[in-house]
Amino acid sequence: MRVSHGLRVGPVGFRIGSAWRQPVAALRSLYADYPAPDDGVADLTVRLYPERPWRRWLRPSVAIGGDFWLPDAAPLPLAQGLLAAEMGMNLQVALGWRRHLLLHCSAVERDGRVLLMSGASGSGKSTLATLLALSGWRFLGDEFAFVALDDGRIHPFPRAASLKNEAVAAVRAAGGVVGPVIEGTPKGTIGYWRPPATAIARMAEPAPPRLLLFPRFGEAERVEAMAPSETFVRLTQASTNYVALGQPGFCALTRLVQSMPALAIGYPDSAAGLALVERLWSAG
Amino acid sequence: MTTAVAGPVYAADPPAARLSVTLDALVAVYHRPSGVTHLLAAPSPELLDALADGPADAATLRDRLAVLYDLEGDGSATIAARMEELVVAGLAWTA
Repeated sequence: MRVSHGLRVGPVGFRIGSAWRQPVAALRSLYADYPAPDDGVADLTVRLYPERPWRRWLRPSVAIGGDFWLPDAAPLPLAQGLLAAEMGMNLQVALGWRRHLLLHCSAVERDGRVLLMSGASGSGKSTLATLLALSGWRFLGDEFAFVALDDGRIHPFPRAASLKNEAVAAVRAAGGVVGPVIEGTPKGTIGYWRPPATAIARMAEPAPPRLLLFPRFGEAERVEAMAPSETFVRLTQASTNYVALGQPGFCALTRLVQSMPALAIGYPDSAAGLALVERLWSAG
Repeated sequence: MTTAVAGPVYAADPPAARLSVTLDALVAVYHRPSGVTHLLAAPSPELLDALADGPADAATLRDRLAVLYDLEGDGSATIAARMEELVVAGLAWTA
């Protein structure tokens, strides 16, 4: 790899190597405040490379690889190199991390307890987590919740939040600074929101969970309690490493489900969602 | 004593091979030998536990459960159906 950069996000040390300077320069800028991996040794490696030698110069095309890889991960144009780096970091964590139970959730903390939000792309979990962070909650992450296998606490993984399409404007309207913004990606427009300095400074501080929400953006407002068994099934589907962890994963997930209520919520827009989350948290 | 019904004899791993957590009406079961998680409704967890005393057919399982629970009617056909589901799931087998 021509250039590389090392950084730590929460418990994970990354090394990102690239055949081009641009993606690593963008990554260095976005993650300027993040420390290097502990002892300089990365846990996971991301490689950004041309699929064929000439694709380094001719219509540059960034393939995503590393310690773990998926055969159908499509390459991206060089203009989307930062997105490729971000996707590569996600991919390595999703496929390679075994020290915690990973849930595809956003997470924020207040008064020492964690609010988890789980949902597919477009559910609004990243936007809600970002808006809550802008209104005083501690941002733990918008992509993965790291559940400790021994005590069930949620470890922060405060990567830059990946905001899609309308979420960019929603966060800017709330006073958040979003950038860089990448147009024309496979998921539309993607803008990155850099977490506040306190979220980065406290990214080694876990906290126990208190409430789990399954948000759905763009629906009439509703709140429905979910049975623990349904929550359990949905979280097995939202975990990238539940099966690989075996018995420790089962123990961590059953304990998590029994330790907090779970609610499915619908909300028509970000403001309504924010107000609903605050109301549910206060009522708990 | 229930009238014996000719049918398959079922067996299962000992209870120590399973981790069970009651979530609500459903029980999450982690099967250690396979590493597979199952969600079971009554009487399936109880049937697996009843097989701890050794392989048994549906009628014998019914008798074992009757020692612990108040059962109405014969129930052997229902037990046989549940056991067949457990066989398909890999939690039991025909001996």
